[in-house]
Amino acid sequence: MSNQKESTARTLLVALLVCLVCSVLVAGAAVALKPIQVVNSQLDKQRNILAIAGLGDPSMSAADVQRLFDERIVARLVNLETGQFSDEHDPTTFDPLAAAREPSTSRVLTGAEDIASIKRLEKFSVVYIVEDASGDMETLVLPIRGYGLWSTLHGFLALESDLTTVQGLGFYQHAETPGLGGEVDNPRWRGQWPGKQVYDENGNVAIRLVKGGADSTGPDASHQVDGLAGATLTANGVNNLLHFWLGENGFGAFINNLRAGEV
Amino acid sequence: MSKHTISGVLLDPVFKNNPIGLQILGICSALAVTSNLKTSLVMCIALTLVAGFSSMFISLIRSQIPSAIRMIVQVVIIASLVIVVDQVLKAFAYALSKQLSVFVGLIITNCIVMGRAEGFAMQNPPVLSFFDGIGNGLGYSVMLLALGFVRELLGAGSLFGYTILPTVNNGGWYLPNGMLLLPPSAFFLIGLFIWALRSWKREQIEVPEYKMAPQVSNKEAY
Repeated sequence: MSNQKESTARTLLVALLVCLVCSVLVAGAAVALKPIQVVNSQLDKQRNILAIAGLGDPSMSAADVQRLFDERIVARLVNLETGQFSDEHDPTTFDPLAAAREPSTSRVLTGAEDIASIKRLEKFSVVYIVEDASGDMETLVLPIRGYGLWSTLHGFLALESDLTTVQGLGFYQHAETPGLGGEVDNPRWRGQWPGKQVYDENGNVAIRLVKGGADSTGPDASHQVDGLAGATLTANGVNNLLHFWLGENGFGAFINNLRAGEV
Repeated sequence: MSKHTISGVLLDPVFKNNPIGLQILGICSALAVTSNLKTSLVMCIALTLVAGFSSMFISLIRSQIPSAIRMIVQVVIIASLVIVVDQVLKAFAYALSKQLSVFVGLIITNCIVMGRAEGFAMQNPPVLSFFDGIGNGLGYSVMLLALGFVRELLGAGSLFGYTILPTVNNGGWYLPNGMLLLPPSAFFLIGLFIWALRSWKREQIEVPEYKMAPQVSNKEAY
């Protein structure tokens, strides 16, 4: 009996059967749960966009998120190089992060360009526009990302219709040190952002995180935000990623076009 | 197999034979997910379920598994269950699954699950093995929740995300101890818990494997 159990043929048979049963189980779970997962991740993103654009409250139900998002927000595809809207892909399904990984839909950033340490930049990105009742832009929500201390911070920056006043900034995914760099999630820290100006009069990116606390009375007060205590590298990361995405390689061209009314 | 009873295998691992406290297994995830109670709790539930069901399934087919590939078979079964748990979490607790990220996947490598499969389920019937897995999961959970409680309370001033001690950053008076949110603090806490556990249940104190030689004076050495 024990001899038979240990034979090569028997071993192969058991291995095959175990693998077969397990793969059916795993594949079954993955396929059956996929639709719910897709809805979840979409919902999570929409919830984040709404929160950063200052619409609704964070605890609203899934149906409310969906309704409010459909009502108020329009997703548009932007060609980062030309800074123009584009219809090449469907903005509701296009994934800029996946595009950034694909050589055909992205480009490698050179060392000097890549201040946010993201390595590859997608050719198209998706922006979210909050429209008022008459269809004019009320808020522009830009996806931003960049490297902090341990992780890439993924978030959104919401600008008011003057395209320089911050309405909100938030990160929905990061793995910075809890309590230190993780304080990017702290509502009090995030509360400083609304009202800050990201560009100066000459259109240069001027927003800056200041170590030791922003100067609240000086001439640059509107461009300065407190750094994060004990998290200089995360704060530098946030600083760099803002400069990158608001600069010429990021959404700079697009914002210039918008301001000139040429989109 | 009369020496094991269901209540015995279920309750012994909680304090008498705690997988973290006595066997010092599963430390990696105990450091990683306990910076707050919510992730700790989800991790506990996930691990307990995986440990229980993997032990049961392995025990069901234990007489069929050729000994040459028994470890691989165990890992395949454990890994499948972990993937299922991960998928379920992604579907029904998306925000939490994002926080737990890789750690649910790493249940596969958790020594507790593998240890119970190899050490218990291979020799015992399915029902008993199931409760043994659940029991060890509970033992792991007790330790994780204790760690999560201390770390979140003192590190962030909250429990399950609800503020207990208002922190200075949020305009309160409590200056949180940031070190408790970092993984190394869990090492110190586990050490203290083991000390407490062994002071309470003295039979857990291990016999020293070697004795320190008495101090030798210079004169005696030559």
